[in-house]
Amino acid sequence: MSKIRVLVGTRKGAFILTADGAREKWNVEGPLFAGWEVYHVKGSPADPDRIYASQSSGWFGQVIQRSHDGGRTWETPGGGPQSGPEGMPQGESNKFVYEGEVGTHKWYDGTQHPWEFKRVWHLEPSLTEPDTVYAGVEDAALFKSTNGGATWQELSSLRSAKGSLWQPGAGGMAVHTILLDPTDSRRMYVAISAAGAFRTDDGGENWKPINRGLKSLWELPDPEAEVGHCVHRIAMHRSRPDVLFMQKHWDVLRTDNAGEEWREVSGNLPSDFGFPIDVHAHEPETIYVVPIKSDSEHYPPDGKLRVYRSRTGGGEWEALTKGLPQQDCYVNVLRDAMAVDSLDPCGIYFGTTGGQVYVSANGGDAWMPIVRDLPAVLSVEVQTLS
Amino acid sequence: MIRVGLPYHLRTLARMADSEVALDVGEPVTIGRVLDALEDRFPMLRGTIRDHLTRERRPFIRFFACKEDISHESPETPLPEAIASGDEPLLIIGAIAGG
Repeated sequence: MSKIRVLVGTRKGAFILTADGAREKWNVEGPLFAGWEVYHVKGSPADPDRIYASQSSGWFGQVIQRSHDGGRTWETPGGGPQSGPEGMPQGESNKFVYEGEVGTHKWYDGTQHPWEFKRVWHLEPSLTEPDTVYAGVEDAALFKSTNGGATWQELSSLRSAKGSLWQPGAGGMAVHTILLDPTDSRRMYVAISAAGAFRTDDGGENWKPINRGLKSLWELPDPEAEVGHCVHRIAMHRSRPDVLFMQKHWDVLRTDNAGEEWREVSGNLPSDFGFPIDVHAHEPETIYVVPIKSDSEHYPPDGKLRVYRSRTGGGEWEALTKGLPQQDCYVNVLRDAMAVDSLDPCGIYFGTTGGQVYVSANGGDAWMPIVRDLPAVLSVEVQTLS
Repeated sequence: MIRVGLPYHLRTLARMADSEVALDVGEPVTIGRVLDALEDRFPMLRGTIRDHLTRERRPFIRFFACKEDISHESPETPLPEAIASGDEPLLIIGAIAGG
């Protein structure tokens, strides 16, 4: 019997939700790291019981946590000689230092501002090596660990891709999306608000902006601007790593050639502003977004929480409402707060800033809340366990 | 032994059972030396009280000794005798900030 484990990061800790393959009866564990912001929790595809978590605090900074047993116990990864009491790590796992000259990026007022590390937004474990994990951080940069999170090194060439022109959005400037190509270990994609999407074909040694076709006329009057786009999320189906879907600040887009050219597929969405986008586990042309009214009003249009599904890779969208509140609903769904499982039928999950985590065990046709009253949900990841 | 009081979240992170920790710190007893000893004993606290590289106090951390805010003292300034003798604890506090 399959088992589902949902890893939820919130403003006040992490939660682990588990169920069998029916996805009807759920067990809720947590809060883990209570009182801390947990931007992201994600398990290793190569070893599902290896889970990484990013906990942070305005008071105490960044802490990386790691579990070897599916989230039952946690440790701050160590490394190096032990100078403290037995078993104590060295604390290097919390150390994110930009490589070389720190450099500057564009600030809100157009002046240049030095890069300053704030927190880890996203952790992306390797598809094949449990000890290898990438971290997308604010201020925007990409770090890599090959020792289970014990130490981190920046892949600094990402910031060479016109980093001086990157600019924070209202939520900061962070690498929030990391996609690993399952067919080519040297290719990966990242997305940054507000810089755009980027691709490497050589394991992170060189990066290129892949933003041709994105139009952000209010923020970027130059239609040829290579960077500066506020990309909220990109998503991929593992069977077609050259096809990517994007939820931009405004506009939903797709590329069929690994980002060389994007085209808009917002179609009949009631609003093409939003944050998350994801792809059905078994139908590469079935995608999901959650339209939000506008960048000035971060809640669903008409107070109705609706997931929109396209079975045509965009362009034509249908509202999915069964089981979701259709009046007086003014929550948001953040960019890392949607995920899918790999069961058949595919399960779709998302969390809200109101603390609800919803599941649909039938590809979005009907929804039910797993929990209703968590702290504001920052991220949702799903593990399908056999 | 020097007594150090830590805020709840750092005690939890360091898995401390008690509200205070006793540290052996060489003379002269300074904030810098106390933090060195604390981080040696509890390496997971590195970066949570002071910056990894600059060693500067994080903005929302405060140090109190004998009811005095000494947050802006140099890390090399000797601490009061009551702290050095262990009669009073050095308090590391998360500032009241936010909502």
